[in-house]
Amino acid sequence: MKTCLVVDDSRVIRKVARRILEDLGFEVAEAADGAEALSWCRVMMPDVVLVDWHMPVMGGIEFLRRLRLEPGGAAPKVVFCSVETELDRIREALDCGADEYIMKPFDGEIVANKFALAGVA
Amino acid sequence: MTPREREFIAKLCAARAGLSVPADKDYLLESRLAPVARREGFGSVAELVQALRGRADEVQVWASVEAMTLPDTAFFRDGEVLEALWSALPAMAQRGSAPLRIWSAGCASGQEIYSLAMLLEERPIPGVQVELFASDIAERQLEKAQAGVYSQFEVQRGLSARRLIRHFEKRDEAFLLSRRVRQHVRWRRVNLVEDLTSLGQFDVVLCRHVLSGLTNEGRNRAVDGLVQAVAPGGLLVLSPGDDVGDRLPTFLGVPGAFGGAPTRRSAAA
Repeated sequence: MKTCLVVDDSRVIRKVARRILEDLGFEVAEAADGAEALSWCRVMMPDVVLVDWHMPVMGGIEFLRRLRLEPGGAAPKVVFCSVETELDRIREALDCGADEYIMKPFDGEIVANKFALAGVA
Repeated sequence: MTPREREFIAKLCAARAGLSVPADKDYLLESRLAPVARREGFGSVAELVQALRGRADEVQVWASVEAMTLPDTAFFRDGEVLEALWSALPAMAQRGSAPLRIWSAGCASGQEIYSLAMLLEERPIPGVQVELFASDIAERQLEKAQAGVYSQFEVQRGLSARRLIRHFEKRDEAFLLSRRVRQHVRWRRVNLVEDLTSLGQFDVVLCRHVLSGLTNEGRNRAVDGLVQAVAPGGLLVLSPGDDVGDRLPTFLGVPGAFGGAPTRRSAAA
């Protein structure tokens, strides 16, 4: 079973994402910010990370930069999931090494679609 | 709506456009006709239907029929089909020097033909000119398609983030497809159950997720017209499950596709 780490400071968003991802057949773990997510990745690298942009302690971009420097950190697909909808922001995330980008609000169809585009369906 | 009103609408749609409208689905008819009634200045759907039964204003008739089409589409829908198609084009182009003509029939808000227009920008076929055409029966859909403005929801159906930033710009809360991509496509209103011969012939005709919404008679007429619109050796790409009988040979490279064989062989078959 593939694993997905959901990184978002909103408990509600994590819960919604968890339900969608479990329906897609993923085993789901949760983290509330980038630092927590990074600790998780050091213990067990997930197949895919769904990560918010703006979070306390460590945001999504910083998390992504650091993740890619970790041993094995190039492997997980990283899909951003953010309220940022400006194309320059999306470009920034992709240039930092994100594989796909979801603009909130999202639903199951969008997540399934974007994961397929990222090659993790 | 009363059963007789629904029956009238279903018959009207079948007669004008070969559309199969479920006359028993009250909510469906009511919800699609309510906006038409409002726009045309009627107090209710019942008043609209009464007007349609009476003096039959053509504008109102077509506004009502168009409203019953199902404009469901997405960028790069069934992406493997478009990929297979793109790989088949160079061989088709070798048959002659004329530009390859591709027609998206029943294009709704245009995502299919624009997907091909994006491919044309991203992976042009060396030495081959490609002309893209798209048609729909619904004027409102064509207007939306030509504008090239899509909602946040629409650009997240099938479009990768890379393609979004490459081909679109933000317009308020929506996304505008670049002029470079839009300019590849020519648009026209076409009713698929009418005579299509004036459109000429195409190397590829795409009519996906359209035929299942037609009556048996409408589907037969549409298929006849579409088959004739396919140039010798060209392809007709329908949805899996759609059939053309023995009018064109099956094409194995693309699901739901027919034709592609050299004229010689199809004549012998």
